[in-house]
Amino acid sequence: MRGFLPRSAQSARIISTSMNANISSARAIRIVWRTYASTTNTTKPAFETPHSQTHQVPHLPETHIKSFGTSKVMAGPQDVPGAAVNPYKDGPSALDKAMTSFLFTELIRGLWIVLEQFFRPPYTIMYPFEKGPLSPRFRGEHALRRYPNGEERCIACKLCEAICPAQAITIESEARQDGSRRTTRYDIDMTKCIYCGFCQEACPVDAIVETQNQEFSTETREELLYNKEKLLANGDRAEAEIAANLHSEHVYR
Amino acid sequence: MLQALYLLLEGVTVIVPVLLAVAFMTIIERKVLAATQRRVGPNTVGYYGILQPFSDALKLIIKETVIPAQANKVLFYLAPVLAIIVSLLGWAVVPFGTGLALSDFSLGVIYTLTLSSFGIYGVLFAGWSANSKYAFLGSLRATAALISYELILSSAVIIIIVLTGSFNYTQIIESQIPVWFIVPLAPIFILFFIAILAETSRVPFDLQEAESELVAGFFTEHSSIIFVLFFLAEYSSIVLFSTLTSILFLGGYNCPMIFINDTYLNLESVILGLKTCIFCFMFVWFRSTFPRIRTDQIIKFCWVSLLPMVMAFIILVPCLLVSFDWIV
Repeated sequence: MRGFLPRSAQSARIISTSMNANISSARAIRIVWRTYASTTNTTKPAFETPHSQTHQVPHLPETHIKSFGTSKVMAGPQDVPGAAVNPYKDGPSALDKAMTSFLFTELIRGLWIVLEQFFRPPYTIMYPFEKGPLSPRFRGEHALRRYPNGEERCIACKLCEAICPAQAITIESEARQDGSRRTTRYDIDMTKCIYCGFCQEACPVDAIVETQNQEFSTETREELLYNKEKLLANGDRAEAEIAANLHSEHVYR
Repeated sequence: MLQALYLLLEGVTVIVPVLLAVAFMTIIERKVLAATQRRVGPNTVGYYGILQPFSDALKLIIKETVIPAQANKVLFYLAPVLAIIVSLLGWAVVPFGTGLALSDFSLGVIYTLTLSSFGIYGVLFAGWSANSKYAFLGSLRATAALISYELILSSAVIIIIVLTGSFNYTQIIESQIPVWFIVPLAPIFILFFIAILAETSRVPFDLQEAESELVAGFFTEHSSIIFVLFFLAEYSSIVLFSTLTSILFLGGYNCPMIFINDTYLNLESVILGLKTCIFCFMFVWFRSTFPRIRTDQIIKFCWVSLLPMVMAFIILVPCLLVSFDWIV
């Protein structure tokens, strides 16, 4: 009788008999296994036939296949033969697992990866002798710029002082003899500065900028309290670089 | 009198190269670890940084020695001395070439196993005498692991002893002239290598100095020169166990007869050194590959996995010997 039933009904029947009836567990497993073994081939759907090239769907029982979208989509779990029967259907076999743990295959794979890396060249940049690339937007040591005629750009508007989140900038100003307002004092406490670049962004005349210089460590704290002369000197030294960087970024600002 | 001087000289001729080898083991470790992580490693002192260990030693020696106020000073000083003495004594029975051993002791293997058991005392004293939680926990963990893996180590060695029928290292080497023991005893070699990784408390079994949780383990409180002694002891035992592995499994100083000559270069010792380097490299290779496993996992791995395996081999190998009438 078993052969006449659809396979799904068959396996369901076997489960129910092995659960309810008084079959010994070994026999139940054998039956389940035989069913599983006999149904493994059915996962390949029947419509992958030469006819499928001509888009002719072969006639199949409706209980077997509900969707023709992909070859993998089968009916619900109750209709997939053997799916609920064999708990070891998925995953590696016991032999695989034993081999994996006894032959340390995972450990050896890890060792091999490390050995591969061992024979490859290092990524190290030998820092004082070679340096990595710096973005034109890099925010390093500050500088005050001048116009090409030597006039300093800063107009003492104190926007940088106002925006500085670390309150590192101190500015004092008075009118010069020609009537223009200029700074008499422009101090940046580099020990307070957090290099956020807000001063650079706030400045309406591009006077205060951050250069790409990051190597200005000192031996004393006092040397890091920059005054106007120091900042202007920084600007004079790096004017070409600053101008080039500002020019390369001007379209985005 | 002259006899005693000669003996002293003999000892020095072994200990000085051994200490040099230990120094270079530290640079091997740092360079190989760096290379596996795609770094350069120490490269400033000497050519390619090979003099780095000496500058490190100088730096450590001129550091200030700080001892905890509540420490037991006698044991605190005794522990590193004990550790270094025990790990250097192991070299007494190592044959570096034909007839080139300080002592061709007939019970050499037993002697080595005894000394590796004694190594626990240095760890234990250091951890207890420092009166520090971290040091104490580190030494407790180390003791548990060392005692457990001692068993695996001895059992693996016993199989070799059964095969050769001798406790003498020279005899063990000579019995490997036909074939190195790593070929017929490959699984035992794996067990042995795992055991010596644990015995020298290296990654992945380095829970005694799990720096993320125990600062530095049992030598947390040791500083300056007494720390150097611990450091030397650790690396000396690494080199010693690498040498013993190459003696027990890779045929020691064996090499084809055509290469052995009577010139000043003793090729046998060079070959032993090369084989030792392989295992020294493997120590560092394993360190850079594997993560540290938990204390209970280490102990469980020993007693649940390794011990039954090694026991199975202890039964299997003599059975094979008897059934095929191979007994030496």
